[in-house]
Amino acid sequence: MTFWLVLTVNSITFGGLLFLLSAGFSLIFGLMRIPNLTHGSLFMLGAYFGATLVVGMLGLQLNFWLAAILATVAVAFLGALIERLLLRRLPGDALAQVLVTLGLSFIAADFCLMVWGGDPINVETPAGLGGFLRAGPAVFPLYRIAIIFIAAIFAVGLWVLLDRTRLGAMIRAGVDDPDMARVVGIRVSQLFTIVFALGAALAAFAGIIGGPILSVYPGIDQDMLPLALVVVILGGTGSLLGSFVGSIIVGFIYNFGQALLPELAYFVLFLPMLLVLVFRPQGLFGRHVP
Amino acid sequence: MSALAVKGLCKAFGGLHVTTDVNLDVEPGERRLIIGPNGAGKTTLFNLITGELTPDSGSIHLLGQDVTNTPSRRRPHLGMARTYQIITLFTRDTIVRNVTLALLGLSQARWNPLTVLDRQPEFIDRAHDALTKVGLRNIADRPLSQTSYGERRRVEIAMALAQEPKVLLLDEPYAGLSIDERRDVQETIRAIPRDVTIVMIEHNMDVALSFAERITLLHFGKIVVEGSRSEVVNDPRTKEVYLGH
Amino acid sequence: MTRRHIALAAAFAALITLPYWLSGAYYINVSSQVLFYAIFALGLNVLVGYGGLVSLGHASLFGITAYATGYLLQNGWSHTPAILGALVIGLAATALFAALALRATGIGFIMITLALGQIVWGLAYRWISLTGGDNGISLHGRPSPFGFELGSAPAFYYVTLVIFVVAVTAVAIFVQSPLGAAVKGTRDQPRRMNALGYHVWAIRFWACLLSGLLTSIAGILFVYYNQFISPQTTALTASAEVLLMVIAGGPATLLGPIVGAALVVVVKNIVSGYIERWNFLLGAIFVAIVILMPEGLVPGTVRLWRGGLRAFRRRRGIIIAQSAEPKA
Repeated sequence: MTFWLVLTVNSITFGGLLFLLSAGFSLIFGLMRIPNLTHGSLFMLGAYFGATLVVGMLGLQLNFWLAAILATVAVAFLGALIERLLLRRLPGDALAQVLVTLGLSFIAADFCLMVWGGDPINVETPAGLGGFLRAGPAVFPLYRIAIIFIAAIFAVGLWVLLDRTRLGAMIRAGVDDPDMARVVGIRVSQLFTIVFALGAALAAFAGIIGGPILSVYPGIDQDMLPLALVVVILGGTGSLLGSFVGSIIVGFIYNFGQALLPELAYFVLFLPMLLVLVFRPQGLFGRHVP
Repeated sequence: MSALAVKGLCKAFGGLHVTTDVNLDVEPGERRLIIGPNGAGKTTLFNLITGELTPDSGSIHLLGQDVTNTPSRRRPHLGMARTYQIITLFTRDTIVRNVTLALLGLSQARWNPLTVLDRQPEFIDRAHDALTKVGLRNIADRPLSQTSYGERRRVEIAMALAQEPKVLLLDEPYAGLSIDERRDVQETIRAIPRDVTIVMIEHNMDVALSFAERITLLHFGKIVVEGSRSEVVNDPRTKEVYLGH
Repeated sequence: MTRRHIALAAAFAALITLPYWLSGAYYINVSSQVLFYAIFALGLNVLVGYGGLVSLGHASLFGITAYATGYLLQNGWSHTPAILGALVIGLAATALFAALALRATGIGFIMITLALGQIVWGLAYRWISLTGGDNGISLHGRPSPFGFELGSAPAFYYVTLVIFVVAVTAVAIFVQSPLGAAVKGTRDQPRRMNALGYHVWAIRFWACLLSGLLTSIAGILFVYYNQFISPQTTALTASAEVLLMVIAGGPATLLGPIVGAALVVVVKNIVSGYIERWNFLLGAIFVAIVILMPEGLVPGTVRLWRGGLRAFRRRRGIIIAQSAEPKA
């Protein structure tokens, strides 16, 4: 019983991390119509930058949360650069943009390997959250509960952003119909940069706060990107609710799959995505077909 | 037996009714003109007739044969050909290759992975013939990317004629043409023999009226007026529909 | 026309005599690699260049056939049945993947092929009882067609060369054929093709099968060359590499994928002697080519060459015209 309970909490925690990763991916896919294959790399760079500051590799050891914020800002800036300098040179050419993001992911992967080497970096749980929560016979690490709360706060925040602010309205308009949005006067290309940077920031933040749980290692981009892909395809591109629901579903499939069917874990994860792509391409809550 | 008979055709997208209870009876050899203001549903009607759109209800008969449920790719084999408002030809190829593709589409040879297409006289010669009919034989080997819009329109008509259709649907063939180009296309269309029934959508009244024998006026997806040229031109409802245009 | 024939004859002569002027087993082996990767790239190009369908999962088909060969050999099959069996399995997988992926076009098609590639990679990694997981499957020896031993580099090279020539000829014939024209038509104007009476889905499906056949052949050559197959061969990086070969050389040309394969294989082999980080270079080249020379090296170089020649002639014409004009 405890086993299932712990597995469930882990699934929700992982789902929370996935949500932060996928929400950005979904917005980018919905607005710019490209699957951003660099997204896993952005997660990884956030994790590595953050870890560098937390562990004190540059001679400067920072508070965990401060490091997380700095890493997030740095990667957001990088995302903006990628969009403005590279993606913007290929307007409307979705295939070329996908290939560029793919190429960038290779560059990023080897860059991290070159700079930080092949060994995983262990990130300590931030101060104050190292304890445990006891509920009867079950024991839950406090940090995992904290991640669930953080993800929930971000979910609410993103929802407010999209639903209540002018920026959010513009993003939603762009997702629905970019041509119409342009006609109405929305600076769609500027929106692209903002959304890409926002997506990068969320991914990077997820990377660093996921550090104490997943640790930071080369190849984590290849592990996380396919999961974001599955979440967004299941939930529907451009849909925040879709990302939320999809993340929880994938969190459960991934954790339970690993525990119960390790040989078929990948299959169990990707099969729903494949079925959705083939039979219901807009996903559960998506507005348009990829 | 009519060349093209449409009965009770209806199509709606959600709450938007784009085609409502359209009936059409086009006699063999007839020159029918379909007019109507923008958004009247003329191109949608064509898309329904060719099968690119599936109607919600109604039937379509081609020379007496019920083609309502025939897939759109089969209809050219039964004698239906069509041109498009926006020219979508193969710009990476030559003019003669464009026409050859039209010929190939109706032949079993299109599945052949072994012979050399450019060395097959039954296609190349017939393509040249079709181009002669539209006056473009002399530039047959020119890449399509190096032709004018008017020439492309004539290539498109050559492709449609190469299919030896019984019913030819022309969607705004004069759109975007200069006066000289329009005259060339007009001549080409006028020269099409009577064993081809033509249904044309057109906006430009001067050019279209000289072509039409019977006119169908469409508005908001419904037929408003239908009759001979003079009947429709003089009908008060026609003026009403076009008021303000 | 004759210039091209001469160039072709020269290239053919060079390839046939390669082991004599390129001495050293290492270089002959690299040449073999170039040839079967070129077959792989030609196969992908049937889809990408001629069909207009980009696959990000082609390494999975390559890998499935390679794994099938290894698995059948491991289970005691002899070479010829194993090769035939692997080809059948590769084609069956291709047909299944095509049926799934062709439900979409454009980005949707890419995503489905990506997903399929990931599934195959995941199975190769985790289904240890079938694939050996990370340890892969090892082969022991190569077939001996008509009694020739293929253990040496030149022997294997010649067999690969023969298959390569057959493959290139097949693609060349296909491209000129009516079916090839139909495939290219569906790439450029699928809606128009449908209106002209073509069965667009079926045409694309046949293109997928041809692509899968070439890919499978390349996979079999690969596994006999390496005597080993592991999950890494089916990874996304492997699919990206072959895609790079196609776009680097130039899609929708016959020479493009061959040049692309040569470029990628040679750089990878030479560079890995000096730089450890091949992926960095791969990614950088990818980005550079997509942004700077999207039509690929072969058409791009031709364009630059013609442009340069034209500019030179124009300049020369101006100079001559100026000198001919009477001074005002």
